Amino acid sequence: MKVNLSEAKNIIKKYCAKEGALIPLLQDVQAIYGYVPEEVVELISKELSIFPVEIYGVLTFYAQFYLTPRGKHTIKVCQGTACHVMGGGEILSYLSDTLGIREGETTEDGIFSLERVACLGCCGMAPVIMVDNDFYGKCTIKKMEDILSNYQKEKSI
Amino acid sequence: MEIKILICMGTSGVSAGALEVERNFITELKSCGLDKKCKIVHTGDRGLFRDVLVDIIISDNRITYQYVKPEDVSIIVKEHLLEGEPVRKLQATEDYEQFFSGQMRIVLSNCGEIDPEDINDYETHGGYDALKKVFQISSQEVIEEVKKSGLKGRGGAGFSTGLKWEFCSKPESDKKYVVCNADEGDPGAFMDRSVLEGDPHSVIEGMIIAGYAIGACEGYIYCRAEYPLAIKRLKKAISEAKEKGFLGSNILGSGFSFNITIKEGAGAFVCGEETALIASIEGHRGMPKTRPPFPAQEGLWSKPTLINNVETFANIRHIIVKGAEWFSSIGTKESKGTKVFALAGKVKNTGLVEVPMGMTIRELIYGPGGGMVNNNIPFKGVQIGGPSGGCLPEELLDTAIDYESITKTGAIMGSGGMIVMDEQTCMVDIAKFFLKFTVAESCGQCTPCRVGLKRMLEVLEKITCGEGEEEQIIFLEEMGSAIRDTALCALGNTAPNPVLTTIKYFLDEYDAHIKEKKCPAHVCVELVKFEVIEEKCIKCGQCYKVCPVSAVVWQKNDYAKIDKAKCIKCKACINICPTVAIE
Repeated sequence: MKVNLSEAKNIIKKYCAKEGALIPLLQDVQAIYGYVPEEVVELISKELSIFPVEIYGVLTFYAQFYLTPRGKHTIKVCQGTACHVMGGGEILSYLSDTLGIREGETTEDGIFSLERVACLGCCGMAPVIMVDNDFYGKCTIKKMEDILSNYQKEKSI
Repeated sequence: MEIKILICMGTSGVSAGALEVERNFITELKSCGLDKKCKIVHTGDRGLFRDVLVDIIISDNRITYQYVKPEDVSIIVKEHLLEGEPVRKLQATEDYEQFFSGQMRIVLSNCGEIDPEDINDYETHGGYDALKKVFQISSQEVIEEVKKSGLKGRGGAGFSTGLKWEFCSKPESDKKYVVCNADEGDPGAFMDRSVLEGDPHSVIEGMIIAGYAIGACEGYIYCRAEYPLAIKRLKKAISEAKEKGFLGSNILGSGFSFNITIKEGAGAFVCGEETALIASIEGHRGMPKTRPPFPAQEGLWSKPTLINNVETFANIRHIIVKGAEWFSSIGTKESKGTKVFALAGKVKNTGLVEVPMGMTIRELIYGPGGGMVNNNIPFKGVQIGGPSGGCLPEELLDTAIDYESITKTGAIMGSGGMIVMDEQTCMVDIAKFFLKFTVAESCGQCTPCRVGLKRMLEVLEKITCGEGEEEQIIFLEEMGSAIRDTALCALGNTAPNPVLTTIKYFLDEYDAHIKEKKCPAHVCVELVKFEVIEEKCIKCGQCYKVCPVSAVVWQKNDYAKIDKAKCIKCKACINICPTVAIE
């Protein structure tokens, strides 16, 4: 698939004169494309005279950036201390087994991406997962089945 | 007479259904004609992080409702607002009272009480009074006041805030910066987020005062991108403060100008370290640098930079308004004021608690914490200070909470995460958990942290799957202290703490894993057999019902059996078994 670069050009224009703008620039790019495409990295490199290696250095340093397209829904499984103590690890391995993907990967049908996060800050409701922008607290394996099937059903509608 | 309805709209309130509760209040109030008399106030979280709290305030009378569901709203409106009879069965119970009694809320005083998106509400609660006050005194006097208060940085290291301000005020420079560290990455701590969501102006006010004191006119708030609500509220607060003239040029006619920019983090724990944070704001990989030079001399864009954490800034306005003497009257000889803890794990009441320094850990857990969640499963340990902190046993529960006493135990105050663990928690597993975290978050720059921590983790992995050997304990201790002494930054220096403290206080558990190949808490799955002990089984069949892969064979009035070929070792059966009959 060819990447449309016109939006990336606008973002670069917005940031080109600002100091220390690389990270917010990449964040905006990801907000538009869902990930940071190779073509956009090349474009930034050319327009702002930054070596690609420097841009990739930043991209791979921070957990937030993706270099491949993401699934339609991103499941973030909290692995904070409270969630760990309350069974968050079991939730993560259940999701990983059921979806057949490891953390950081996307299912073949492109519906789910699975991620671990250090702490979602809802320790009182541990274990917690977040699907896109929705929180689900006091998670159990049974509850995971229901949540997954709800999102899967949505696809068939 | 106006009726105030406070609804908790923090992240957890919203995820527990606060939006529907509010919607129902609006329709119900309209339909009975009360909408003109009532004012709905959206507040941040009050600290419990579990449910939707609604407070009804009629003149001085305040009733708190907990676990409010959307369908409860019509009952509250009818019985309480129309008939004047509070709905007893929905009212907050003893747990709620216990959680708040024994706390001393200074930093959190506005959280859950005011509308964080309304600057007027902040002002009626004394907001920006401190700013008006500092403009009447010199910047040197402001620094003196903060120094006299004894406030120490709440980010973890506990360095004197006043001294830091003084160092930053000294160098002559055309430009200086104030940076608020809101990159709260510690798994299990969320006080900064709560303050930003519930009372963003208190942080902004603290930053402006700091700017005035050290002579900086530009500020940055470096906030985790995982906190979208906090960022949204900060943006709103900054624009409101600008409109009112608290930010911008010539603030309140004082001649002093100050602006604040928000920088979103991109997901790297190490960016909480101040030199890494500066690198990240500058747009680079967030890698720490050796100090000196300290940021106070050469920080952001090589200019003198003051970095304080959210909770530190939130204390400032109280110190200015009520005075250093008042602040230093709270706490212990060396540690003044209060500290906010994120209490979680196996305690009855989890959430944010703010207590005066000097309270003991036991008083905190059994006071606001309400004791253990399950009275039948005894306390085992408490983890303080997150991945840089340590695990303390029962014998040390009477340790006072202050920087000096906690450091003496081998743990650190850190940012204030406090996770309570019971007999069902495996201490070796906890040490492994934190090490896994620091290994993943190490920036990879220095060898002790990059390689040393990884070697320690490999050993812990062996121990938890039954391949441990006795001499490995000595290896862990030696490697741990070498890393502590030689790593470049605080992340590396403190990363061995969880391992070193668990070896120090819970050696018997390491022994059980190594010598007997057993995990006493049944946490390390490789050491769990997944067999039903028939003498203990009460044939209730709960394990059969909960198993997600139908690996449990059970019939009424018969013992359960586990089909090991099907079992995925998810431990759902162990967790639900009422008699601990699965080994």
